[in-house]
Amino acid sequence: MTKPGSHAEREGSQAELIRRSLKRRYRKERRFRLYGITAIFIALFSLVILFTDIISKGYTGFIKTTVTLEVHLDGELMYLNDAADPEQIAMADFQAPIIKAMQAYFPEASSRADMRELSRMTGSYASNQVRDLLKENPDWLGTTRTIEFPAHDTVSVYVKHAGDPGYSIRLTEQQQRWTDELLSKGVIDTGFNDVFFTSGDSREPSNAGILGALVGSLLTMGITLVIAFPVGVAAAIYLEEFAPSNRLTDFIEVNINNLAAVPSIIFGLLGLAVFIGLFGMPRSVPVVGGLVLALMTLPTIIISSRAAIKSVPPSIREAAEGIGASKMQVVLHHVLPLAMPGMLTGSIIGMAQALGETAPLLLIGMVAFIVEIPDGFFSSATVLPVQIFIWAGSAEQGFVELASAGIMVLLAFLITMNAFAIWLRKRLERRW
Amino acid sequence: MQTADLLPLVLVLAAVAYGFAYMRSRAVAAPLGGIRNLKALPAYYAARAALWCAIPALIILGAWAAFEGKVIQNVVMASLPAELTPQSAGHASLTLSQISNLAAGKLNPAMVPDGISNAAVLLQELREQSSRFKSLLVILIAVLGGTFAWTRVAPTINARKSVELTLQRLFFVCAAVAILTTIGIVFSVIFETVRFFGKVPMSEFLFGTNWSPQTALRADQVGSEGAFGVIPLFTGTLMISAIAMLIAVPVGLLSAVYLSEYASPRMRSVVKPLLEMLAGVPTVVYGFFAALTVAPFIRDLALMVGLEASSQSALAAGLVMGIMIIPFVSSLSDDVINAVPRSLRDGSLALGATQSETMKNVIFPAALPGIMGGILLAASRAIGETMIVVMAAGLAANLTANPLDSVTTVTVQIVTLLTGDQEFDSAKTLAAFALGMMLFIVTLLLNVIALKVVRKYREQYD
Repeated sequence: MTKPGSHAEREGSQAELIRRSLKRRYRKERRFRLYGITAIFIALFSLVILFTDIISKGYTGFIKTTVTLEVHLDGELMYLNDAADPEQIAMADFQAPIIKAMQAYFPEASSRADMRELSRMTGSYASNQVRDLLKENPDWLGTTRTIEFPAHDTVSVYVKHAGDPGYSIRLTEQQQRWTDELLSKGVIDTGFNDVFFTSGDSREPSNAGILGALVGSLLTMGITLVIAFPVGVAAAIYLEEFAPSNRLTDFIEVNINNLAAVPSIIFGLLGLAVFIGLFGMPRSVPVVGGLVLALMTLPTIIISSRAAIKSVPPSIREAAEGIGASKMQVVLHHVLPLAMPGMLTGSIIGMAQALGETAPLLLIGMVAFIVEIPDGFFSSATVLPVQIFIWAGSAEQGFVELASAGIMVLLAFLITMNAFAIWLRKRLERRW
Repeated sequence: MQTADLLPLVLVLAAVAYGFAYMRSRAVAAPLGGIRNLKALPAYYAARAALWCAIPALIILGAWAAFEGKVIQNVVMASLPAELTPQSAGHASLTLSQISNLAAGKLNPAMVPDGISNAAVLLQELREQSSRFKSLLVILIAVLGGTFAWTRVAPTINARKSVELTLQRLFFVCAAVAILTTIGIVFSVIFETVRFFGKVPMSEFLFGTNWSPQTALRADQVGSEGAFGVIPLFTGTLMISAIAMLIAVPVGLLSAVYLSEYASPRMRSVVKPLLEMLAGVPTVVYGFFAALTVAPFIRDLALMVGLEASSQSALAAGLVMGIMIIPFVSSLSDDVINAVPRSLRDGSLALGATQSETMKNVIFPAALPGIMGGILLAASRAIGETMIVVMAAGLAANLTANPLDSVTTVTVQIVTLLTGDQEFDSAKTLAAFALGMMLFIVTLLLNVIALKVVRKYREQYD
């Protein structure tokens, strides 16, 4: 003010200052936005990498390699003259006719070593397959039959993954030559892996399937649903509608919130100590697994059910009370039906979490090697994620692709469940 | 009859009781001039009968089924002749499984001592008796209860009130399951932990730097005691969790900020569900990804720059765990950021601050307590995460600060100690429960603090 000349000057320099700082501030703004975009990009990129990795590792799990042979079921070769006699069946050599059938293509392979290599072209259970066929059809003895065998793990790896650095080829050069020749003749062939969907676990990748784990998961989830859903909904109704505000109610709420954040493995310890240790329930059965998962999902279901009850507007309640309904009638006849879609959505999401849970089930022994498909709530079983865990840790190369194929099946289930939950919410939920 | 068959039977009986009571209430009402002269609707009399029929029977059934196995086991074990009485807990469980296999016909009776095969016969007998008594008792109680309620269908009794009160109490019991679960957890770890500290002094457990729980088969073997120092497990857990948080916190926070401040509604509606998908992927899938893809990749990368990395490096497990936790951090921070009142934001923007300045100087400080709470919850999840580390981290308890080395964690050790062959009572098995107890306490503390902080923060702006 005192020096008018410098005033304009100062104003100019201030404008300049502001202009300059504005530039800097906008640069900062852009940089900040860039950070945000980068963060989102990193997250989404990991998602893409995860899915591509699993699909690229696992799609071959849905392909099986087979060897189809004309097997002459020669009694003399097998030391078997009566296929109905269990004692003879137990002693007979069922590998011999398979080798014989292979030799039809490679007459030059007659030394002991060659024959051993030939026998390692079909899977380890090929002779059992011949035995079972003969047991079922004793009159096949002496006839020639076309039988499709699963190829040996090493052959399968060679056919599916030759040239893939992630796999090592364990065939001898001779076996590789044989495989190539049989492939060109169509004896060795690849097709859709139906075995994967129709059998239980096995020591041999080509015989291993996911059906046992799938049935185990269904049984376990059944128990979880039957326990967690009614109990969760009832608890939510109590806490929202009837609970007096006292210390006990507070304590229940604190417990629910904490249980929702307790590591899942702790629930496994609970199952081991209480259900197996205290109550003497058997290990590795769906009942115990279902109980443990029910306790684990309960907080999720309670929390989402309470939110659903809260979202029912008070006008509904007031109207019902106004025409003389009792508190319980208001809840059961009016609030509950309106809150049901929200409760169902929350429960499905909770069940999806339980379906993917592994750690607590390891502790209650659902990690056993089980070939048979479980037939009840008290038969030993494993579940999908645990089966994936077992396969991922197996030494044979063929199990890795089975594990990723199993992951795809599991993810398909989870995505279906979540999509159903979203659909349900969109379809049934009313906005007030 | 088995429990699985009795359960539906009781429900059928309850339905029958419902039907009978319904008919009776109408019959009672008819001479009085219709149901309007009853104190409650017929359905309530019927429901009361069904409840009387089902609830006592189900309670008896549940209690019987829960303790039947244990009681029979004890009776059978007590029946064993003196020379076969097992000396140790491990031996006891072996004998028991022998007996039950024998009873199930999976074992040839000729292959075991007489005492054992007699015990198997006894086991079978007891099981049949127990099953018979259980069925009788349950059916009797159900029928009695139903009949009692049936006789008490009278126009002067208000059935609605008693039904509603019973239902309300049932709801309370369901809510109390949460308390029972917590008590169950505490008790299941506390007893074994106390027994563990009877074998291994607590100071050795808490401050020991050596962890090798392999107890020897013979007492005179070298290193037969095993070492139970928990420090290497703690440092391992902390290292992996720290790596995970280093990834998850910035990525999760920044993506939440971008989504809530900058993104268009359309982008938000696409990106948010995708992020949530990351949260929905089961941990076993992350474990598979970490063990078979990320860990070899990191090893190769380290080799390329001349470093030596273990094929089960802490870095791989931590990285993947970080990815897993991103959506957790981002959705919690998103909630918190959106809870900051609009007026604060508008005020700052009106003063000429850019969006990033508003974010950094106004919203972020206001949301900080909530964000801290979210981060604590995420940390507790990282510490308790099991499958990723079981599959991708090692078993060797190295005390190291090198993320390329293999480390082991508390959860990995719990799983390793409790899967496979185990005997109750050995220090090895008990150690798993002691570790579980520590894990429970640590995560509980983190959760309680986090929930308190978040709640306080919410109240501030509500």
